Amino acid sequence: MWHELTAKTGSLYKKYPNLSMLGVILIITLLSFSISLPGKFFTTSNFSSIAFQLPELGILTIAMAITMLSGGINLSIIATANISGIVMATIMKSLITTPDSPVVWIVLLAIIAGMGVGILAGIVNGIIIAYIGVSPILATLGTMTLINGISILATKGYVISGLPQEMLAIGNGNIAGIPVPFIIFIIVAVLIAFWLKKTPSGMSNYLIGSNEKATRYSGIDTKKVLMKTYILSGLLCAVASMVMISRFNSARAGYAESYLLVTVLASVFGGIDPNGGFGKIAGLVMSLFILQMVSSGLNLLGINPFITVVLWGGILLAIMLVRRFRSKSR
Amino acid sequence: MDKLLKKNEFYLGLILFALILFLSVSSDQFLTPGNLLELFTSYSFLGIMSAGMLIVLISGGLDLSFTAIATISQYAMATIIINHGGNIFTAFLIGSSVGLGLGLVNALLIHFIKAHPMIITIATLNVFNGLLMFFSKGKWIYNFPMWFSEPHDIMIFENAQGDIFPITLPLFLFIVVFIIVGIFLKHTMLGRKIYAFGGNREATRRLGFNTLGLTLFIYGFMGLLAGFGSVSQALIIQTVAPNAIVGKELDVIAAVVLGGASLAGGTGTILGTFMGVALVAIISNAVILLGIPSYWYQIFLGAIIVVSVSVTALNHRKNLKKEAEIDVA
Amino acid sequence: MKNDPLSLIYTQRRGVMQQEKFLEMKNINKRYGGVHALKNVDFSLDRGEVHCLVGENGSGKSTLIKVISGVETPSPDSRITIKGEILKGLTPIQSVEKGIQVIYQDLSLFPNLSVSENVSISDYHAGNLRFIKRKDMKKKALETMRKIDVSIDPDKLVRELPIAQKQVVAIVRALATDAELLIMDEPTASLSKHEIDELLKLIKTLQKNGITIVFVSHKLDEITSISDKVTVLRDGVKIGTYDAAELDDKKIAYLMTGEEFENEKGKVKKEFENKILEIDGLGRKRNYRDISFSLHKGEILGITGLIGSGRTELALTLFGMNRQDSGSIKLNGTEVSFKSNFDAIQAGIAYVPEDRLSEGLILPQPISNNIVLGILDKLVNRANILNMSNKEEIAAKWIKNIGVKTSNPENAVDTLSGGNQQKVVVSKWLATNPDVLILDNPTVGVDIAAKHGIYKIMREFTKKNLGIILISDEVAEVYQNSDRILIMSKGRIVEEVYPCEITEKELNEKILRGDINGQTA
Repeated sequence: MWHELTAKTGSLYKKYPNLSMLGVILIITLLSFSISLPGKFFTTSNFSSIAFQLPELGILTIAMAITMLSGGINLSIIATANISGIVMATIMKSLITTPDSPVVWIVLLAIIAGMGVGILAGIVNGIIIAYIGVSPILATLGTMTLINGISILATKGYVISGLPQEMLAIGNGNIAGIPVPFIIFIIVAVLIAFWLKKTPSGMSNYLIGSNEKATRYSGIDTKKVLMKTYILSGLLCAVASMVMISRFNSARAGYAESYLLVTVLASVFGGIDPNGGFGKIAGLVMSLFILQMVSSGLNLLGINPFITVVLWGGILLAIMLVRRFRSKSR
Repeated sequence: MDKLLKKNEFYLGLILFALILFLSVSSDQFLTPGNLLELFTSYSFLGIMSAGMLIVLISGGLDLSFTAIATISQYAMATIIINHGGNIFTAFLIGSSVGLGLGLVNALLIHFIKAHPMIITIATLNVFNGLLMFFSKGKWIYNFPMWFSEPHDIMIFENAQGDIFPITLPLFLFIVVFIIVGIFLKHTMLGRKIYAFGGNREATRRLGFNTLGLTLFIYGFMGLLAGFGSVSQALIIQTVAPNAIVGKELDVIAAVVLGGASLAGGTGTILGTFMGVALVAIISNAVILLGIPSYWYQIFLGAIIVVSVSVTALNHRKNLKKEAEIDVA
Repeated sequence: MKNDPLSLIYTQRRGVMQQEKFLEMKNINKRYGGVHALKNVDFSLDRGEVHCLVGENGSGKSTLIKVISGVETPSPDSRITIKGEILKGLTPIQSVEKGIQVIYQDLSLFPNLSVSENVSISDYHAGNLRFIKRKDMKKKALETMRKIDVSIDPDKLVRELPIAQKQVVAIVRALATDAELLIMDEPTASLSKHEIDELLKLIKTLQKNGITIVFVSHKLDEITSISDKVTVLRDGVKIGTYDAAELDDKKIAYLMTGEEFENEKGKVKKEFENKILEIDGLGRKRNYRDISFSLHKGEILGITGLIGSGRTELALTLFGMNRQDSGSIKLNGTEVSFKSNFDAIQAGIAYVPEDRLSEGLILPQPISNNIVLGILDKLVNRANILNMSNKEEIAAKWIKNIGVKTSNPENAVDTLSGGNQQKVVVSKWLATNPDVLILDNPTVGVDIAAKHGIYKIMREFTKKNLGIILISDEVAEVYQNSDRILIMSKGRIVEEVYPCEITEKELNEKILRGDINGQTA
């Protein structure tokens, strides 16, 4: 019985070495906090707060990860999220003037417009990267600066705050006891995982990440696929922004800028190959859970939140070191 | 001439020249010694960091943690000179040593983990920055000793009207760093090895050059300049804020890339980098002098980056096409 | 030539030490873990000889070179003598000091540095903060080049040079470090026939200067034309050292593989009836001009000529990746116009590109994914969702049919040997069920056995009415496999020949003549 179990886990490890490793880290994290924080960590309220906090970073990380899988990067995710948040907030603020304005419809319109802005940013990135041929890091460095500039110009640097209740429900409500942001995050994760694994363009996204030229020579319109990837990335930024502005009850040009490099960190930690071509959404989700648990666990222990940041960096370094020795021994 | 047209500096120079010409006509304040000296003093910190970044990019690497290194060095320097005293030399010595040490940490991690330097330095950025915020508790430092707060001018010019134009120490150091790095990259064996390292890493290894040594130098020097520059910046603004520099990593990279250095490694010159920094500085100056709302600055900068990298990519594509051509009989 | 250390050494050498062997290796053994890479290999080099080292991939050639250059240390019972001196535990530095230089296939040049800096780069070992002397470096480059009668602008960046000149720079760099033994690892792999001839001439010049040369090559005709001696390795064992004069292609192939390969060349002119592809007056500015030919069902049409004759560009046009300026392409009787290679694949054209590693395969990804890459659009259901089990089935089927040797279709392609990799590329394209298969130099870097495997697949599929266009630099390959051959030069078709009517030698002459005619036209 025991032998069978170890044999099974052994073959599971062989098949998914990275996911298994993350799984082990996840369990260790969970156990050690549950033990060191009896009655505090392993509680509904703690998991509920994790489920409220994780989605913003989570959706943004997926937006980053799909571009990394294609061998690129998207430095403009935060800028895109902020501009679409500003557009959503502005529409809501300016159209809801009287108490009997059709609030639900206006919120819906604002969200659609916000998604449109995200898609537009994706189109711009896609054209520059796929059709003009600029390296993704430079292209999105430029669009990041440009989009930030437009946001600052549009808001003159001010915060747009005071959103309608209907909007705030997205970031703060529960459905059947599950936080709405978390439901959105899970839907996004499942859809993107499905896209990557089960559709031709998703599979091509991986192949482009390993060798764009050979993929193109095989009859796949790699420009179209890259275009899709960056549009999807932009759209996800808008989705993240929807959650974000409703949790903050405001929109502004410089929100969440520190998340930019954290999304890269979380992606690589979750097993996304920085050179492209490999990585799974499942790993990403585990990585996000680990990072969020570390953050909330340390917080409950009363440890300075900056130590969390240190630990995140340390965890990334450690896992890269482990991966390095694993590939060496092979 | 043919060779000149291929050079990135040539085009950048043309753009700069046009911009300068335009500004001198449209604003009588632009081309005055006072304005230019002040402008380049305030951009001296960005300049010094871009010199270090240039070397990193030439070597085919990347460093995103230098802003945290700069802040830590600055903080350490300020804390020590306030509590234990010292002079301007010890201030620079402390800042540079701390920077060098942290840069060497990066180098060791990059060399031994062998993952992409961008990812490694994102990790160390988090570690460095988190530690700094933890220990500093986010507190600002203002109360510098007198000797640190008084003006440090190297030379003072006076014109016929009796106006005074100082060459500040930060500006002087900016120029000195650029001259030294320029000579280093162009004329010393180590400088050339760094170009070789960025051009063909495997061949460098085969030739028996010490790649660990090169990596230590490259990231160590980046750290050293970050520390050195941060002290110079503290001289200008007389405050140390733990969160003021972190987050500006990409601004420095943008300036160096505008100056023609490639993220793929192997190319880039100090002249180009100087022009890249000058371009960024002059645009910000232009926005102010022409009375354009300052919000436009980022939009201009972003547009210039997008256009410049696009033109480079299109040119590259045209050259590839040309290579496939033959003389058809 | 005054005060020239190189020529001094040469005179000395000619006078005094002529009889002495430059290098003598006895009983060389090298193990990597469980793999016995070299087994009791003896190898020796006379001064000034051109010695060719041949063997299949994994035969131990590279390991032997690494031992000579000191990169790998052989087992203690091995003995290495260089210039009469027994060297225990030869190090890379010692090897260089003894005048041994290796030019790797990738040349190890620095594309971003000038020619003269590349030539003098090893001088930078002298220090770090010392200043470089550009004038001296330039002088050194020019002087070394003069010695072997070549001239390249020393100020040019290496990246701006054509590949043949890069090769010369690598040689010049080796000479500039006073090389006495030059080891070249497949130096002709990416050169055109013209350039190869130039290189072979250069090797003769080097030989006259007293330099010993070890030359690794896959190309049998070069081996016999340039070398004095040939050493054959197979599975880490030395089969023997032979005078080049006593060998021919067939014998070398036999020594390398231990197998005889039958020449499948048809003796009679086959008649084909159904045209699949008709090309009329095709032209593209600065690529090719006036191309007209047709291809029949079941026919193998060879296209040969020198590199730079516009063949690859023509193939890319047929494959929809390089639009023509003029002329028409008819497929099965109807005129086609491809917007992309996707259209071409849909219409039934497949293309195995020249560069397997960068254009043909996605090396880190699984074999199965590589095989289904061309038919992703056919693996989906109505909702555009991939059918995974179908994918695995198709991959397994082709792996079996084509004979790709692998334990698991989910392994990465880069775990396969060159020949098996190429079989994956061929599988990918046969899976698209094409009417026309274009193969662009399909056997570069492929073992002889795998090469014949690919020829066999070609012939098998022509029986199923596939029309094949075989583009190749290797005259023997085109000659032995094609039903008909087009010779291209400078972007035009200069001659059409039937292999059954002429000898291989005649074909070779026609190719060279075509080149000359092309130049004068």
